[in-house]
Amino acid sequence: MFIKEYISDVYKAAKSLLTGMKTTGYYFTHPKEIVTEQYPDNRDTLKMAERFRGEVIMPHDENNEHACTGCTACELACPNGTIKIITKFDISPEGKKKKALDTFVYHLELCTMCNLCVQACPTDAIKMGQNFEHSVFDRTKLLKTLNNEGSKVRDGVE
Amino acid sequence: MFSLAGITDSIQEWLVATFGATGALIAQCIIVILLAIALFAALGLVLVLMERKVAARMQIRLGPNRVGPAGMFQTTADTLKLIMKEGLTPDGADKFLFNLAPFVVMIVAMLLLAPIAYAPGFQIWDINIGVLYITAISSLGVIGILMAGWASNNKYSLLGAMRSGAQIVSYELSAGLAILTIIVLTGDLQLSTIVESQRDGWWLFKGHIPAIIAFVIFIIAVTAETNRAPFDLAEAESELTAGFHTEYSGMKFALFFLAEYINIFIVCAIGATLFLGGWMPLHIGSWESFNHIMDYVPGVVWFFGKVFFLIFLIMWFRWTFPRLRVDQLLNLEWKYLLPISLINLLLVTVIAILGWHF
Repeated sequence: MFIKEYISDVYKAAKSLLTGMKTTGYYFTHPKEIVTEQYPDNRDTLKMAERFRGEVIMPHDENNEHACTGCTACELACPNGTIKIITKFDISPEGKKKKALDTFVYHLELCTMCNLCVQACPTDAIKMGQNFEHSVFDRTKLLKTLNNEGSKVRDGVE
Repeated sequence: MFSLAGITDSIQEWLVATFGATGALIAQCIIVILLAIALFAALGLVLVLMERKVAARMQIRLGPNRVGPAGMFQTTADTLKLIMKEGLTPDGADKFLFNLAPFVVMIVAMLLLAPIAYAPGFQIWDINIGVLYITAISSLGVIGILMAGWASNNKYSLLGAMRSGAQIVSYELSAGLAILTIIVLTGDLQLSTIVESQRDGWWLFKGHIPAIIAFVIFIIAVTAETNRAPFDLAEAESELTAGFHTEYSGMKFALFFLAEYINIFIVCAIGATLFLGGWMPLHIGSWESFNHIMDYVPGVVWFFGKVFFLIFLIMWFRWTFPRLRVDQLLNLEWKYLLPISLINLLLVTVIAILGWHF
């Protein structure tokens, strides 16, 4: 019985080692599998992964309209105070006062790209951008305003 | 036809004619020393680059590709950096032993170059106990490692050196028994005779299954003897920082690093000589025309081809297998490799006595 176990041990060990060598041997003989990106040489053709989280952005459409209602759900969701929403009151044509976004302040230097603000947003006004080249010589440049100059909330977004 | 033996003979004749017998001997010694050092430097540069490239390809990376075309001069640049760095000696170290250790390791590696047959008739020293000489000298390397570990006055170095000692002493056994299998078949210790005996086929094929088992055991044992992964407990980066050469820097570190790669080359050269026929081209029994075509490739190409194939195999191991624990390491040697190689030796002896091999 002992001899049988011994031989099967040797056989199993050799088999598992050869399985490992087969995997590395496959990679060695298939250079197309190489995943290295030669940044910054390929800066023009660089394709980031779909789920890469580089910064928070607020998409605007062609009429300079965004989907942010100024509800501050993202500000509440942010674990480290990266987002600060300044709201104002718009007067609608009927004379009603309506809360709206004035400035979306985003501290990139504090952001950990945790994605909680994007998940919290009820109107999908913000999302994660792909840009990762954030280095600047002055940290005040990392303080960003996400909504464009003169933009307003899209009609129908509540 | 191209032959290195012809070149060496004509140099010999010219030297004897010009300087007389004694002068020629001295001149030849100098030439051999220069050639050995040149081989060392070239091998160091080529093997380190090869290791990094192979590692990169196996880990789906690109590897060094900035210095020179495809990173060709990366190791040259690294060597220049190491030469210019300060060789630090720690305050609490045993200064004499600390500075001596890298040279002991290096000289052992150099001594092993002597009996290796590179090409037909191209050999530094063709002694009749070649294989015994190699097994005897190669076990001296551990003295340098123990010296380095002890003299560093550092617990990591000492642990690494002690592990290395246990490992090399254990694996010498199965490496020696694997070598003995081929000695039983050839009946001679001289390396040139061993190569010559493989004129009608390499021992790996002529010796049936026992030769293949011996070859596998030899490769495993020499991987352990050269302290390479998966047996790199002696320098386990994650546990002992760098093991016995933790405290070394600059050129003294470079000597250890170089000696590691030279040792790989040497054990692979021995493996190639014993199992794969050294410089002997691929001959198959009595296929005269096939053997004749194979003879057109020079012996030195065959030799380095085989050696680099074995080196590639050992690098393949390194970048595939995880490191063993100390108890697993000793288990593998004393419970598996040693009994198997003893039985294998018995089998091979029966085959040799009954003349079953080709």
